[in-house]
Amino acid sequence: MISTNQFLAKSDHNSFIGMNEPIILKKLVTNQSIRIENLDVYIENQHILKDMNLTIPEKSITCIIGPSGCGKSTFLKTLNRMHDESPEVKISGKVFVDDENIYGPHVNVIDTRKKMGLLAQRPCPLPMSIFENVAYGPRIHGIKKRKAVNQTVIQYLQYVGLWDEVRDRVRTSATRLSIGQQQRLCLARGLAIEPEYILGDEATSALDPLSTKKIEELFVKLKEKYTIILVTHTLRQAKRIADHIIFMYLGKIIEAGPTEEFFNNPKKQLTRDYLSGSFS
Amino acid sequence: MRRLRAAKDKIARYLMLGIAIFTILFLLVIGLSLFFKALPIMRAKNLWVLLSSANWKPFKGDFGFLPFILSTFYVSLIAIIIALPFSILTSIYLNSYASKNVRRFFEPVVDLLSGIPPIIYGVWGTLTIVPLIANKIAPRFVEFSTGYTVLAGGIVLAVMIIPLLISITLEVFRSIPKEMTDASLSMGATKWQTVKKVILRKSISGIIAATVLALSRAFGETMAVLMVCGNITQLPHSIFDACYPLPALIANNYGEMLSMPNYESALMFSAFLLFIIVVLFNGISRFTLNQIERRYQFS
Repeated sequence: MISTNQFLAKSDHNSFIGMNEPIILKKLVTNQSIRIENLDVYIENQHILKDMNLTIPEKSITCIIGPSGCGKSTFLKTLNRMHDESPEVKISGKVFVDDENIYGPHVNVIDTRKKMGLLAQRPCPLPMSIFENVAYGPRIHGIKKRKAVNQTVIQYLQYVGLWDEVRDRVRTSATRLSIGQQQRLCLARGLAIEPEYILGDEATSALDPLSTKKIEELFVKLKEKYTIILVTHTLRQAKRIADHIIFMYLGKIIEAGPTEEFFNNPKKQLTRDYLSGSFS
Repeated sequence: MRRLRAAKDKIARYLMLGIAIFTILFLLVIGLSLFFKALPIMRAKNLWVLLSSANWKPFKGDFGFLPFILSTFYVSLIAIIIALPFSILTSIYLNSYASKNVRRFFEPVVDLLSGIPPIIYGVWGTLTIVPLIANKIAPRFVEFSTGYTVLAGGIVLAVMIIPLLISITLEVFRSIPKEMTDASLSMGATKWQTVKKVILRKSISGIIAATVLALSRAFGETMAVLMVCGNITQLPHSIFDACYPLPALIANNYGEMLSMPNYESALMFSAFLLFIIVVLFNGISRFTLNQIERRYQFS
């Protein structure tokens, strides 16, 4: 089987997205991937996302960049159907996750969300202990056995490198952790629902450089197993960790492609202007 | 010019400080004047006897307040037991489930409910709840009941404190950051799981505070309760017995029969008692709230 990276390297990278170009998406679809077709999102009759078409490659990090208000976060929310909670949002188009349209008629929103681990902008521990925060996901999805829950919690706390720091106080409130620790806890909590995808909504923007570095390293480690989609404000972060970049502006995808190509050889004038800092 | 402005600022500041202190002084003044009015009976009788005796014969000079104290607690307790689930579930619905339009309709109506004068609740209780208990509910459990009972008082009182409880708990639920509920939902939790494990857990201290406030209100509510609870001096053995809460005692008797020795002082004692109960209750609840918050350190 040809890996997505190889495929992208071989093929014209414009097929990676296709807003203007004819879309050659099918070839890219592997067994685990996100494919978006004609996605439009309206919030209170404002057209926020405009006719988006793209495929997100599996087991890699895709960074979405663009100026504030371009629809990055809105887009991320369409992937785990969090817009369901806001009645003023109207969505049309198709979002295929693992070849199933998550906006289709018979889709269970809970199954969709369970596939997506979300890391929010600011860490938001639930009002319970460190242990219970990580155990929350497995428990709501029906894992009752204490041993299994314990194992999961320890495993993921170890995975994010938090276990050694908190092993003596896993039963104390999660809000007493530092903000960087809290974000790693939230990552562990997200991983504990055993998702296939990880969504990060400016997940490091509230953190200090050291904590940011830890989270970034975790993302790089995680892409072996997960497909990661990050919204970020810092171009340098995108450069550091992304495999693919999507550049959005005013609700449209302007350009997308493998990271090196995107930064070294941007095709569109708008992209060049953005990368040179003419607007932000 | 500049000095004048600074002086004005200072004057305004101390003036408002004075007014603020004055407001607090009311509490002290009321407490003290009740205390001194109640002093004669506390001198004449043993305090413990006053509180623990059920013997109430003002003509003979026997003043046992136990029936009134117990009645007050029973009625308030029943009211809160009925009102709490109602209010919390309503608030949860309005906060987490209801559409904007439903909310827009509900909230003014809830506010309206809390603005209805107690006497109207009392009349409604007499016309509706009392016969309902006498004819439908009580016969299933006891041989005879007039309907003017602890239960009637509790129900009417519950209806009266529900709006208060709803508006406070709703405020508590609203103060929970959206990110927190989103975090739960994004993990695939259902709304109900989120409500149970995150929202309720996060708002436990707020709910306790709301309960205490509602209870304090319930302790003191006079008119509506007085009209439906029977006003018979006895130790109520079941919720189908008549009772006689402290506020009703004062309202019914103050200004009459004051020629009896110690009677006025006895009524003042019951007012003082009510005052102390509410103050103590607030103090204790504040203390427990602090403990809970310290334990969980919710921020």
